[in-house]
Amino acid sequence: MSQLFRGLTQSRFGRQDASLVTRRQALRLAGLSAAGLALAACGVQGQKAAPPRQSEMEKFWAGKQKNGKVVFANWPEYMPEGRDPLKTFQQETGIAWEYKEVIQDNADFFGKSEPQLRAGQPLGYDIVVMTNGIHFTKMQQLGYLIPLDHAQLPNFAANAGTKFKNPSYDANNTYSIPFQAGITGIAVNTEFVKEKITSIQSLWDPKYKGKVGMMSDTQEIANFAMFALGIDPDKSTLPDWEKAGAKLKEQREAGIVRKYYDQSYIDAVARGDIWLSMAWSGDVFQRQLAGEPVEFVVPQEGGTIWVDSMMIPKGAANPVDALALMDYLYKPDTAAQLAEFIQYVTPVPAVKDVLSAKVGSLSGEDKKAMELMVSSSAIFPSDADYARLRSYKTLSNAEEQSFQNIFQPITQG
Amino acid sequence: MRRVRAALAPYLLALPGGLWLAVFLVVPIATMASVALQTGNLMDGFSQTFNIAIFGEVFAQYHTQFLRSIVYGGIATVIMLVVAYPMAYWIAFKAGRRKSVYLFLILLPFFVSFVLRTISWGFLLADDGIVLAPLRDLGLIPDDFHILATTTAVIGGLVYNFLPFMVLPIYVALERVDPRVIEAAQDLYAGRFQAFVRVVLPLSLPGVFAGVLMTFIPATSDPVNAQILGGTSNTMIGNIIYTEYLVNNDYPAASALSFMLMAVLLIGIFVYARALGTENVMEAAAR
Repeated sequence: MSQLFRGLTQSRFGRQDASLVTRRQALRLAGLSAAGLALAACGVQGQKAAPPRQSEMEKFWAGKQKNGKVVFANWPEYMPEGRDPLKTFQQETGIAWEYKEVIQDNADFFGKSEPQLRAGQPLGYDIVVMTNGIHFTKMQQLGYLIPLDHAQLPNFAANAGTKFKNPSYDANNTYSIPFQAGITGIAVNTEFVKEKITSIQSLWDPKYKGKVGMMSDTQEIANFAMFALGIDPDKSTLPDWEKAGAKLKEQREAGIVRKYYDQSYIDAVARGDIWLSMAWSGDVFQRQLAGEPVEFVVPQEGGTIWVDSMMIPKGAANPVDALALMDYLYKPDTAAQLAEFIQYVTPVPAVKDVLSAKVGSLSGEDKKAMELMVSSSAIFPSDADYARLRSYKTLSNAEEQSFQNIFQPITQG
Repeated sequence: MRRVRAALAPYLLALPGGLWLAVFLVVPIATMASVALQTGNLMDGFSQTFNIAIFGEVFAQYHTQFLRSIVYGGIATVIMLVVAYPMAYWIAFKAGRRKSVYLFLILLPFFVSFVLRTISWGFLLADDGIVLAPLRDLGLIPDDFHILATTTAVIGGLVYNFLPFMVLPIYVALERVDPRVIEAAQDLYAGRFQAFVRVVLPLSLPGVFAGVLMTFIPATSDPVNAQILGGTSNTMIGNIIYTEYLVNNDYPAASALSFMLMAVLLIGIFVYARALGTENVMEAAAR
């Protein structure tokens, strides 16, 4: 090494110092690394936890007190700018809040939190929001979540829609209750695409070569390929995934896909880099409200419905206050405030009535926007709409491995 | 007593740096090596099995991205060298009193976050953006021409982001060239070209060497440019390591890839040091 850098640090006209590493120093270094190796060689313990028993849940909550504050970690653009719902929450309950927009991506958030949770250190958040899917399942299986005391969630029991109770990814809402749900469909830039898009096959249409955006998330692209092939993701198995993988590969090799996007797809489609893209409903509606030429379509073959849920991570300092806030967001008025800003699917059906009642009091542009929202099938899906929507398949550990092996190479060209 | 203290002094002086290196360099690298050799998964835990085969496995799986990264890093470094050398030369010899202004201008982009600057390129070079749309309207480029999501965009991003790290060391080396040496060369009937090739260039080689080190290494392992400016087949090894670590939670594979990347870069640098070696630089300077 020293030989390497000598030329950089030494005067070219000067003397040549004997700054070579001596053998003794080299040995000492080797000794240190050996110690490091020995230290690190112990491995990492497995954390797999058994499902909680009722008694454990009760034991955890017994004697837990309200502390008067709560820290809420959430995704960006998931709370009105003025944080009004949280302010009224504080007025009514006296619980102070801290709101942090620290979650951008499930994998990322899980990857960063995992070592801390494994070491038994608190994350510093009382509520976190994650999407149903691979990483949420891992949180459950690794025992990183606190089972919820539903006795303290009366508004959830009274106001949550039946579709949001007892979901397949979290039986009996043991660990989570929904914050918002959303639909993965197709965003269309109407400035460039003149035909009416209804089918998912448009994403495979050579006419749009190089102008189609797909998502980099493996569960998202897998679902879309399966819709295109007429496979129900919930019932899919390995051979179906292989077919779906081939379908995506074909799309990629034909040069139809411009790129596999993360959240940045919405900018790309709004400015016309891509004309059609897989998209999350609320993003598109927010852009539409801002006057950009984008439209959201739930393809006739199907779309994906996903749920972003609130949960309490292990080591949370204020679990009772966390439950109070989670439940507060299920009051119809509060839920309506959220829905109006977020434009995703609310888990509280009564919001539609609250907003419909509000239409009369508005005028002009605002009235039109509100009417549009209340009648939108991607914000308040009807039963017929729900019939077309599917979840991600909940994968076992062994399945996850083969699933990722099929779909990851597609996005990692 | 005084003699003992004097004997100990160099060691005591080296202690803070030594500790720093031990804690933040040696331990992490040893840990990384150890994790790479473990097997298991997140659910069942990882245990040490000295699984040397992992290096072959990850290379077989990701050799495309590995080689691509080295090629991209290499091309970007060469372009930077070609662009940076005249810049540094001009600032060192021709800029006169405004030297510090130009140096400041080169550093100015650093006041804005690296990621933000790269995202801004996404806006500037958008298919329908302020650069390409007028050119297309004038009929200068075909309808389906685009820059984003291509290899050119990724390499361009690398060049843009790391260029100052090439300019500054070369500038420092050129700045230290004594003008009298050039005069002497001219007195000895060297033309301007001769004087540059035989005197100035060799004297600036350590700067070039430092510049190449400071750009090739980060450019090769950078995930940001490929992520933001790249398309479906521009994924670099940095993106793969990121995915293995954060998405798949496959810590051994991520560590093995990082370790291999480090090893390849180090070997490359040693070969390079030999080829353009510091000794040769000294010889060239003395000639």
